[in-house]
Amino acid sequence: MIAESGLLSTIEDKLYRVQYRHANESHIRVDQEICRGCHIERICLSICPAKVYSLEEGSGKILVNFENCLECGTCWIACTEGAIDWRNPQGGFGVRFQHG
Amino acid sequence: MAEEAKYDAIVVGAGPSGIAAALTMAQAGLTVAVLERGEEPGTKNVYGGILFANVLAELVPGFLEEAPLERHIVTRRFSLLSEEAEMAFEFRCERYNQAPFNYAFTVSRARFDRWFASKAEEAGAELFTGVVVDDFVWSDGKVVGIKARGERPGEYDELYADVVICAEGANSLLARKAGLWKNPQPEHRATAVKEVIALPREVLEDRFHLQGDEGVAIEYFGAATKGMVGSGFLYTNGQTLSIGVGVSIAELHRRRPIPNPNELLEGLKSHPAVRPLIRGGETVEYMSHMIPEAGFRHLPQLVTDGLILVGDAAGLVNTSLFHEGTNLAMASGRAAGEAVIEAKEKGDFSRQALSSYLGRLRSSFVFRDLRRYQNAVRYLMDHPQLLREYPGVFADLLARYFEVSGRPKEEVRSELMAEIRRRIGLLKLLRAAWGLQRHVI
Repeated sequence: MIAESGLLSTIEDKLYRVQYRHANESHIRVDQEICRGCHIERICLSICPAKVYSLEEGSGKILVNFENCLECGTCWIACTEGAIDWRNPQGGFGVRFQHG
Repeated sequence: MAEEAKYDAIVVGAGPSGIAAALTMAQAGLTVAVLERGEEPGTKNVYGGILFANVLAELVPGFLEEAPLERHIVTRRFSLLSEEAEMAFEFRCERYNQAPFNYAFTVSRARFDRWFASKAEEAGAELFTGVVVDDFVWSDGKVVGIKARGERPGEYDELYADVVICAEGANSLLARKAGLWKNPQPEHRATAVKEVIALPREVLEDRFHLQGDEGVAIEYFGAATKGMVGSGFLYTNGQTLSIGVGVSIAELHRRRPIPNPNELLEGLKSHPAVRPLIRGGETVEYMSHMIPEAGFRHLPQLVTDGLILVGDAAGLVNTSLFHEGTNLAMASGRAAGEAVIEAKEKGDFSRQALSSYLGRLRSSFVFRDLRRYQNAVRYLMDHPQLLREYPGVFADLLARYFEVSGRPKEEVRSELMAEIRRRIGLLKLLRAAWGLQRHVI
């Protein structure tokens, strides 16, 4: 929902205002084996400010939409199970803040 | 980047701490390479909203004329929110309206960091952008260089130096790789989201009672974070405002359902005290960032053979009411630079020699402030009622205190005093006030 004033509320809408230079390869890897036994209610799904993580219906696999990543690192600190392997994207790629 | 090249120092990260280090060393004639993973300095950098420039003034004396500053902060406002009310303390001071403007400015990091990096380049530092450093080069247990990610997977370019200064920020993978930042914990980081909202300059100035380049900084507590340890903030820039929320990751961990940081931000934006301030604006950017909140006792090890951590990578943020970070970053960068200059004079880059960095931090405001406020986050976590229950209680009591009812004030007053005793307890209230002044304010 886009508010009439131009103030955005959803993550999806807000991410449209973010500039990226997309890398070909994901800088985030998830250990699906560890994920299946998650003891912290799959915190990555709710805590990521860019909704990078989603659940694949049926398989229960975690999907990683790495193109949205704002590169804060919150996910791998929050995932105390150690299932998330976060690296920096390739040099010059990833998010490109205009204001910061 | 030339392979086999050797510098006196390599700085990883072109933020305030890294550039302060590079500038300090380059000015002393050392050869310095700054490696930045963004396309340009500042494109990966996010901050809470105030550039505290007291150290910058010493590093670049002409910064007031040269730096791309947006507004100087003439008004500080601290606001405690309940669901329906706002209780605020506001301070405006004419003294802050005159140079050097209390060394508090809003800036666009993309513009400021580029400018600051150019000062280091002018002093002779070499800046390489688009370079990701994945690891160090070690020799006999000492850091002697870095491994930059090459074009093809698994390939690395190596670059050598007597010392590496790691200014990678709060999400420093290198500090972890070197074993200096052990066992990262949700208690030791906050996560913040921020939105930049464009408003016509006149609207912004009228709405916030600003003239010219005056600016305001507001911090929100209580319902701003749904009672979690953290705060909301709103800062005025030239033709935009920055609004955001930062919350301890440990607090998000404990909540069920686990809140998304953007939900918290939307909650703040729609609060009746905040909504009118952003009305009619247009969202132009959205970002997120971690803040090191470990506190003085849980800092990583800051120095090892051939390696120094500075800024957010070193956990140097004052997590109390002051929320200073950019000045601690620059102070630590400068201190690291000075330590390297001294080490070079002696030809000794061991952990022991580089530890003069710690001595410099210890005698400056950096460690003294971090030590003074080391329990701020812990204290608030251990006393959740302060941000969760008390704001609602106070707002309710104040609403009734000021209620126009036709009842004698004396009667209302004694009724409310009785209620404070019942709902909080006078002793508990005094203890909370004491605790806040002891640890947070």
